[in-house]
Amino acid sequence: MRIRTLEIGVGLFLLAGVLALLLLSLRVSGLNVASTDTYKLYAYFDNIAGLSVRSKVTMAGVTIGKVTAIDLDRESYTGRVTLEIQKDIDILPSDSTASILTAGLLGEKYVGISVGGEEQTLGDGDTIRDTQSSLVLEELIGKFLLNSVNKE
Amino acid sequence: MRKRSLIEQVRRVGESGIGVLAALGRATLFLFHSLFGPSGLDNRFALLVRQLYSVGVLSLAIVVVSGIFIGMVLALQGYSILSSYGSEQAVGQMVALTLLRELGPVVTALLFAGRAGSALAAEIGNMKSTEQLSSLEMIGVDPLKYIIAPRLWAGFISLPLLTVIFNVVGIWGGAMVAVDWLGVYEGSFWANMQNSVVFSSDVLNGVIKSLVFAVVVTWIAVFQGYDCEPTSEGISRATTRTVVYASLAVLGLDFILTALMFGDF
Amino acid sequence: MSVANANAVELKGVTFMRGERSIFHNVDIVIPRGKVTAIMGPSGCGKTTLLRLIAAQLKPASGEVWVAGTNLPSLSRRELFEMRKQMGVLFQSGALFTDLDVFENVAFPLRVHTKLPEEMIRDIVLMKLQAVGLRGAVELMPDELSGGMKRRVALARAIALDPQILMYDEPFAGQDPIAMGVLVQLIRLLNDALGITSIVVSHDLAETASIADYIYVVGDGQVLGQGTPAQLRESTNPRIRQFMKGAADGPVPFHFPAPPYADDLLRGSDA
Repeated sequence: MRIRTLEIGVGLFLLAGVLALLLLSLRVSGLNVASTDTYKLYAYFDNIAGLSVRSKVTMAGVTIGKVTAIDLDRESYTGRVTLEIQKDIDILPSDSTASILTAGLLGEKYVGISVGGEEQTLGDGDTIRDTQSSLVLEELIGKFLLNSVNKE
Repeated sequence: MRKRSLIEQVRRVGESGIGVLAALGRATLFLFHSLFGPSGLDNRFALLVRQLYSVGVLSLAIVVVSGIFIGMVLALQGYSILSSYGSEQAVGQMVALTLLRELGPVVTALLFAGRAGSALAAEIGNMKSTEQLSSLEMIGVDPLKYIIAPRLWAGFISLPLLTVIFNVVGIWGGAMVAVDWLGVYEGSFWANMQNSVVFSSDVLNGVIKSLVFAVVVTWIAVFQGYDCEPTSEGISRATTRTVVYASLAVLGLDFILTALMFGDF
Repeated sequence: MSVANANAVELKGVTFMRGERSIFHNVDIVIPRGKVTAIMGPSGCGKTTLLRLIAAQLKPASGEVWVAGTNLPSLSRRELFEMRKQMGVLFQSGALFTDLDVFENVAFPLRVHTKLPEEMIRDIVLMKLQAVGLRGAVELMPDELSGGMKRRVALARAIALDPQILMYDEPFAGQDPIAMGVLVQLIRLLNDALGITSIVVSHDLAETASIADYIYVVGDGQVLGQGTPAQLRESTNPRIRQFMKGAADGPVPFHFPAPPYADDLLRGSDA
């Protein structure tokens, strides 16, 4: 009967809509992209300009986590950034450096971590002491030079 | 040939202004009477399903085809602009964000106003002019509950669904053009997109926009049909007015909503 | 509930306004039970408004509308809903519901007002369609019917609940002679066979006069005259005479009010 095809049509329509919403949330928006196994690190910066929540955290260019919170620390008047790092990357020495870098010409900011030399590694809730704030483009070149000196 | 004095012209402007206010008042009472309160009908679900079909399912074709084309064009244009900055890999996020935040809700609403909105206005206007609405009253059925309410709810439900479908096929169309034709790396296309599209602010805000548009467009369409002069010219005027008012409302509200949601002030 | 009354409908001192304009002023109309009463008059005199007042679609500004022993404007919603079972209306265009087929259209009032089982509804629908001669069209959609057939189906729908009062709004407008003849016969038949009260609003003089037992001529917001068709033909009232004879000029003038013809011609165009 005609009513039957109508109902089936409407049902399919609703199904398509719900499916589309699911697709958008899971495949397009990167919801739940990172798994739940992460640990927290804190880093204090004089200037976090341009960095935002959900920015990448990388080491040697490889994404190892993301920024989950940015607050103002009332005592030191610096910006406190909360980083969530994947649990299997638990090998960061306690004197590692966190720097806010610029990716590409579009100017997206991200946090890059470079290793130090200490034996002790950072655990959940630790703070990265050595930080480099968000810098202007001209000083970016100078910062890269500093980094290469650090590594040697 | 008939000259009107200045006073008369001012009077007419004032009169139409008051007419607009009166229409707005009528429209609001009309909306509340249709949606709220006991209906006394026991086949509401069946009526809703039928309207979902004629309002939603029948609009699928135009929404899907438009979505694919718009997604493809976005990818093409985006690629050509981004490649001058060496950032072609960002075309995925560009297509996705543009669709989810703006084009999806707005274009779908405009298409809906043109296809479903005008059809609703014409249908209801026709019912009014052939006295079907009066017949319903005579038999003791409230036409606002029997005819109008199912169509309103159908519009409120259909437009957000259509918007979401539009977004998905648009992104798919954009992916087809970018990856298969223009040579953007498939991995970076999707990865960049996933990294920059935030569910709560991009996807959900787009859905909220489409909900607001759904209410406004369906309300305008249904009211224009109900309020029209019960003649052929009246119906055609109502249909035109539906498309014009609904489109203007969508664009105006879009600005306000965008400022509220993405303004960051 | 209803008092045994010789009159099915009585309008007492009814005034109806549309905005500032008074459509009817202090009108008294009495419609006897079981007869065909016609309400006639020139176009735009508000005949349809009268029907709607009787059918409780509109409320009078003042006055009483008594139908089957109750004053309609004083009824509550629920009471009015029950009242509607006693009234059937046939609209000018038939007003069939375009998305339902003939069967569902006729069954509609039954489904709204009763909880009868499907088989009973089917029997009643077929019975009503048989009365109007369209039982064979039961599965068609309204857009597959001719104008005259649409009206007959609408009539079947109007009598679905066996109402006491049937109202016809311009039933003869724009019909070919055969369709007209069918309708005339049906109106008379239903009235006599079922003992209902029929109210016909029309400006088709010949047809209406052939079946009406009593006629009210309405104009200028008042009743201009009333009587049996024979009485009205003998009337000396100039307005009624103009109406009955269909004269082009009389109390309702031929010329729309205008300045003198010679002045208009001599004046030329406005500067």
